[in-house]
Amino acid sequence: METVAEITPPRTHYLNATYGVKSWLLTTDHKRIALLYLASVTFFFFLGGLFAAGIRIELLTPQGDFVQAETYNRMFTMHGVVMIFLFLIPAIPAVLGNFLVPLMIGARDLAFPRINLLSWYIYTVGALFAVLAILFGGVDTGWTFYTPYSSTYSNGNVILTGLGVFVVGFSSILTGLNFIVTIHTMRAPGLTWFRLPLFIWAHYATSLIMILGTPVIAVTILLLALERLAHVGIFDPALGGDPVLFQHLFWFYSHPAVYIMVLPAMGVISELIANMSRKRIFGYKFVAFASLAIAAFGFLVWGHHMFVSTQSVYAGMVFSFLSYAVAIPSAVKVFNWTATLYKGSISYDTPMLYAFGFIGFFIIGGMTGLFLAALGVDVHVHDTYFVVAHFHYIMVGGTIMGYLGGLHYWWPKITGRLYSEAWARFAALVIFVGFNLTFFPQFLLGYMGMPRRYYAYPPEFQVLNVMSSAGASILGVGYLIPVIYLIWSMRYGPHAPANPWGAAGLEWRTSSPPPTLNFEQVPVVTWEAYEFGDPSENAESRMENRG
Amino acid sequence: MQVSMPFSPDQASSYSGQVDSLFAFLCVLTILFGTVITLLIIYFAIKYRRRHKDEIPGQVEGSMKLEVLWSVIPFLIAMGIFVWGANIYYTMYHAPSEALDIYVVAKQWMWKFQHLDGQREINELHVPLGRKVKITMTTEDVIHSFYVPAFRIKLDVVPGKYSTVWFEATKPGRYHLFCAEYCGTGHSRMIGWVEVMEASEYQAWLAGGAAEGSLASSGEKLFQQFACITCHRSDGQGRGPVLQGLFGKEVPLQNGGKVIADESYIRESILSPRAKVVAGFQPIMPTFQGQVSEEQLLQIVAYIKSIGAKAPGEAGVSNPNAPAPAMKPPSQ
Ligand code: HEC
Ligand SMILES: [Cu+2]
Ligand SMILES: [Cu+2]
Repeated sequence: METVAEITPPRTHYLNATYGVKSWLLTTDHKRIALLYLASVTFFFFLGGLFAAGIRIELLTPQGDFVQAETYNRMFTMHGVVMIFLFLIPAIPAVLGNFLVPLMIGARDLAFPRINLLSWYIYTVGALFAVLAILFGGVDTGWTFYTPYSSTYSNGNVILTGLGVFVVGFSSILTGLNFIVTIHTMRAPGLTWFRLPLFIWAHYATSLIMILGTPVIAVTILLLALERLAHVGIFDPALGGDPVLFQHLFWFYSHPAVYIMVLPAMGVISELIANMSRKRIFGYKFVAFASLAIAAFGFLVWGHHMFVSTQSVYAGMVFSFLSYAVAIPSAVKVFNWTATLYKGSISYDTPMLYAFGFIGFFIIGGMTGLFLAALGVDVHVHDTYFVVAHFHYIMVGGTIMGYLGGLHYWWPKITGRLYSEAWARFAALVIFVGFNLTFFPQFLLGYMGMPRRYYAYPPEFQVLNVMSSAGASILGVGYLIPVIYLIWSMRYGPHAPANPWGAAGLEWRTSSPPPTLNFEQVPVVTWEAYEFGDPSENAESRMENRG
Repeated sequence: MQVSMPFSPDQASSYSGQVDSLFAFLCVLTILFGTVITLLIIYFAIKYRRRHKDEIPGQVEGSMKLEVLWSVIPFLIAMGIFVWGANIYYTMYHAPSEALDIYVVAKQWMWKFQHLDGQREINELHVPLGRKVKITMTTEDVIHSFYVPAFRIKLDVVPGKYSTVWFEATKPGRYHLFCAEYCGTGHSRMIGWVEVMEASEYQAWLAGGAAEGSLASSGEKLFQQFACITCHRSDGQGRGPVLQGLFGKEVPLQNGGKVIADESYIRESILSPRAKVVAGFQPIMPTFQGQVSEEQLLQIVAYIKSIGAKAPGEAGVSNPNAPAPAMKPPSQ
């Protein structure tokens, strides 16, 4: 990062255009709403992390001693619910997406600014229900809410938590809707579909899943509530229902939800790789369509969570086959990112470190996905720590690395300030080490046969569990460091120039931080995505050459 | 091919080696793929590191050839893995007909086993070495999952139905049995042991205790106790169909359909008789829902099985070194 001391920031920008609590709580500026989300999801990230800390402390010893079994079960449930529904799903789209979609396409805001604000309020209300559920003692069903345990047997706050998830879903739907309409109708003149940054393609694909998938989880929760409250037999066989039906409905949303979490991160990584190596993404169209392919195929593989659920053996085979099919576009992305580096001008600044970390974790997370899709192997490792490790490599190693990489990359744009590069690199390293130490041992535990969601476990699993807990404490520190230097930078960091990275993309062609309406003039795009240097000049010279 | 992984649990069933081999293959593939990509990234990152801050490299557009190559090759490899994995899976969930039957009822938070000879155990399962064993399971409450890591088998136990899995133990020893599906407060306490015994020891163990007589004979007692016998007479004079010879046969239904009379069908016939009405009969059979426990149901099933299509001695146990089955021919 260039540290240019004598930058003078724009006199008015979106952060200081108006003042006061009201100007934030009633804002319709997508950039401010992004910051509202940033505050909310950060809070929930650390709340979810607190539960994780409780889990890791309990698992230091084989016998249950730190908390009661009941408490432990509530901790892992709340960890999952908070992390997935209140952090991972909204994190990248609602923070970075909200901030960047209009900027990247040269628009002044999203298509429905007030609906955008409404989404944040809906999210907040839903999150409040979840927090209330926690305050009233939490819920112990696992974030998967499997029936008939959740509908008949559990004595936790199933309904309240379910209500929270139900409500938060609408915020997701509205955000998706807003993105799709915005991307369709508000692109700057000349900004054709294939000139869009891949971040936009990824968010477009994600929005499709949000709109099509989220209603299904809403309906599922309603049915669950109907059974739990009114004893209508839907899932509980004692009432005439079918418990496996719940799993179908649940995963029909929750598998695509994995892509809601990881596709935006892939979009971020495409930006980081391209811009930090100043290279157009190798095979741009393949990467763009890979996002859409993942979104589409993602709806067809839910049954791979149910290979041992007593679903038909033949259904299992179809789902296994389709799971391999959906793996290909992800592999294609990894190959293209790698090839992009070829003959690039590669910077080692923090965002790129996160991108490298992402690729590493994503390879392990993705490849272990192939283990799980292999029917015979899945029977053994299903519901063990192998699965836990696998999805943390994707969610924490993938999504959070993408999120943090993106946050660092766009931080100068968002705040107009530069953070300490040295601290940032150090934190990235700590996170990388802590993450691997936390989750790699869990693959081994899983293959050795340790089931997940175990409060106490046989002593032979202890060594690896201690390693994992040790790693988690390092990881925790790694996550706290950025909070400190990023907050510090907001006040004391040097002012950022409009384009500190020498990056391509419309968001870098306006001041840092941008004015309320994003651009002084509506940009007219005459260049392709990822043209470095000054593409407007390049374009002019091209025209001259042609003339 | 038998591969043993450093972190694998004991290899104690016929599946263990197969699963470990596929797992090992996948590990090799991951390491290969991971190493190639990592080395490439490191190489590029060093070779093409930014030399001065305004550097703008020449652009490369992409390559159709490469894209096709790196889509098609992974796809073909993936298909290989798919077939390999599916093959193991298919075998696990298709029990051979000559397997030794063991019945399991799970509940929060214990495993209850019933052997054909009438032995009952809790959280402890004795099985013979080198014999095919078929486990038929159900649960009294929530979903559980029967998991024996050393055997590499797992199957959910779902309320309201029977699920079956089979294995052949290949190494004597004592192995963990876990509940793998979260089932509430005592989930991690829902564990036990599977004890694989040499055939002779197993015989001795069987001889040791079966106070209540064989499973089928208990079932027969229930058959009388619940007055099933009044409608299901073996002489064909009752109001319900003759159950002798029923098991394993195809049953024509009132609605024109057909169904194979297996464990699940018999269970359903007792709990919801109206769900599938046998052709030519009136739906007058009362439901026994709430009156019979899952364990009793399994005993009745074992009884009906014992008077099933096969010769009584053959039902359930047919292995020559099996103990003399304690099932009696149906009493007339
Ligand atoms: C009131 C008479 C009656 C009693 C008592 C009765 N059943 Fe039935 N059962 C029937 C009739 C009639 C049918 C055939 C119609 C149907 O499928 O519902 C039948 C069908 C069945 C079938 C399916 C038979 C086939 O050929 O497919 C089974 C199995 C069965 N009963 C078992 C039992 C058992 C076990 C009991 C005792 C717990 C029992 N029944 C008690 C009348 C009775
Ligand atoms: Cu999935
Ligand atoms: Cu359990």
